[in-house]
Amino acid sequence: MTDTARQQRVSRPLDLFEFMARYGTLIALALLILFNFAFTRNFATMQTLNVNLTQVCTIVIVAVGMTLVIATGGIDLSVGSLMAISGALAPMIFLGKIVPIDNVALAVAAAMIIAIGVAGLFGLFNGWLIARFRIQPIVATLVLFIAGRGIAQVLTNGNLQTFRVPEFQWIGLGRLFGVPVQVVLMVLLVIAAAFVLKRTVFGRQIIAIGGNERAAELSGIAVAKVKLIVYAISGLCAGIAGLVVIAINSSSDANLVGMGMELDAIAAVAVGGTLLSGGKATIIGTLLGAMTIQLVRYTLLANGVPDAAALVVKAGIIVLAVWIQQQGRAA
Amino acid sequence: MTENRPGTRLISLLGSYGVVLALLLLILFGWARYDYFLGLFNITSVLRYNSMFALVALGMCFVIMTGGIDLSVGSTAALGSVVAALASPQGPWIGLGAGLGAGLLVGFINAIMVTRLKIMPFVATLAMMLAASGTALLLADNQSVSVSYESGFTSIGQDNFLGFPIPAWIALVAYVIGWIVLNFTSTGRGVLAIGGNEDATRLMGLPADRIKFLVYLASGGLAGLAGVILASQFGAGQPIEGVGWELFAIAAVVVGGTLLTGGVGSVGATLAGVLLLGILFNVLNFENGKGWISLSAYWQSVIRGLFLLVVVILQAKLSSRGSVAVRDH
Repeated sequence: MTDTARQQRVSRPLDLFEFMARYGTLIALALLILFNFAFTRNFATMQTLNVNLTQVCTIVIVAVGMTLVIATGGIDLSVGSLMAISGALAPMIFLGKIVPIDNVALAVAAAMIIAIGVAGLFGLFNGWLIARFRIQPIVATLVLFIAGRGIAQVLTNGNLQTFRVPEFQWIGLGRLFGVPVQVVLMVLLVIAAAFVLKRTVFGRQIIAIGGNERAAELSGIAVAKVKLIVYAISGLCAGIAGLVVIAINSSSDANLVGMGMELDAIAAVAVGGTLLSGGKATIIGTLLGAMTIQLVRYTLLANGVPDAAALVVKAGIIVLAVWIQQQGRAA
Repeated sequence: MTENRPGTRLISLLGSYGVVLALLLLILFGWARYDYFLGLFNITSVLRYNSMFALVALGMCFVIMTGGIDLSVGSTAALGSVVAALASPQGPWIGLGAGLGAGLLVGFINAIMVTRLKIMPFVATLAMMLAASGTALLLADNQSVSVSYESGFTSIGQDNFLGFPIPAWIALVAYVIGWIVLNFTSTGRGVLAIGGNEDATRLMGLPADRIKFLVYLASGGLAGLAGVILASQFGAGQPIEGVGWELFAIAAVVVGGTLLTGGVGSVGATLAGVLLLGILFNVLNFENGKGWISLSAYWQSVIRGLFLLVVVILQAKLSSRGSVAVRDH
């Protein structure tokens, strides 16, 4: 865009769509909170805050990785299955089903590192398929979407693993200075990713690839390497989220952990204002998007609307958000 | 770029007929190894069960050929099954019409979102996946809806016609129509043209939006029809069924050699893709029955995923080496 074009755009009195595209999510979130203060009983309590924050955490953690992937113009359908794999592996390790480990701290540390690491490796595998064979991301990650949950089920033979290991469950149930640990984790990840995206060369390369892959390649960006890293990060995020989920539940069910997570994460990213075609991304937007979706669901449930109807409303919100963004861009 | 070296020709031939060849090999393997593999019972039950997936994959095939995607087919089928089950006391035709109608309605909304609101197919149909699933749950009151057994509705899914399961006839007719539309009508050529290059298609004056509209409408209708068969075959409308059907359909289409970028595709190969994935399951069941190995049901998705992996890697290699598919997007 040339300077004159930019000036013209700025000097135009009020472009509703562009304004909405930029601040719509924030406004929606503010309106939702106001509405709840006015109409939902017991909304302004710590408990409500806690419930909503803990529920939104795993979605945000996964959505952070998804935002980076989508910023390169890709998509990662495998995140839910990778959550299941990490959620299946960790208890097997700290319960000593693979190798008995006497020291609890050591066992938990090993479980976390291996489970998250394996999820990261699978993410790397996604990236390898996409970068090396130039397979479209939606197909490449479809492979692990299908096979990944199967792997988790085969590992556990489909059985529920229950456990009571406070050292491990700290990441889902513990508190740091009164704040739930997974919320701290979420905030750290959001800050780190926002920093990377805005302030580092790597972040700019991600955006450049999403904007125009050929141009990025011609300007000397190691496209394949960036993609590998981005998908690996998405895998790592999914691995972390899987651990948080099983820690909260005190159990791990490979059939259920992370089910449908890919959709929630993509929805959060889309509502947050990241272009699904790539080239523009906002991590803070993703955070706001996830919170908006969560709060809509909470508002509906708290006011007696069935969960099924909340699904329909969620669908409407996604379409509306994306449509407004497109109008904003076209204007 | 056209090269006529024999090696290249062989590779591109493999690309077109690979799926059919693999299907034949798999059937041959099953026939040689298991006693009742080609028995009437096995054949009809495989066909009866997989006809639902065949219908969904046919719609998906057309959508993908235009360069789009339809993620809503699974929940549309679930919605169709619920609506059909609710209407089933009025008789088989009403039940069929109701399920089909529900599917067409979903397809219609998808089509509006994609062609009028210009929302990316991926997002539009993802949202529709949630909406259709929510609607199905609301209509069914969160449980499965038993169909009427007196009205004859169940014969759609359970009876035979000329010794051949009725669902398989329905799928066959749909595929013949699909094949004719793709190969012998201007709409069919338009479908491939849009997937090849949408802007060029518009500049040539082809009604790109109308063709895309029809494609999403058809995909919804076929998914609704699959829902009718689901309800009728298993005696209940099932609001939570259909999870992952869209991905199965995409896998079948990809295995059939249709490029996900659009512009290239075949109806027959898609059917072969569906049968290949379906029979792979069947073979696994037989193998378990022999007692040599015992692979739990969980292995099936691992094997399916591996299979998809092999196919997409092969496809990627072929399209970077073969003569036809040197494409740059």
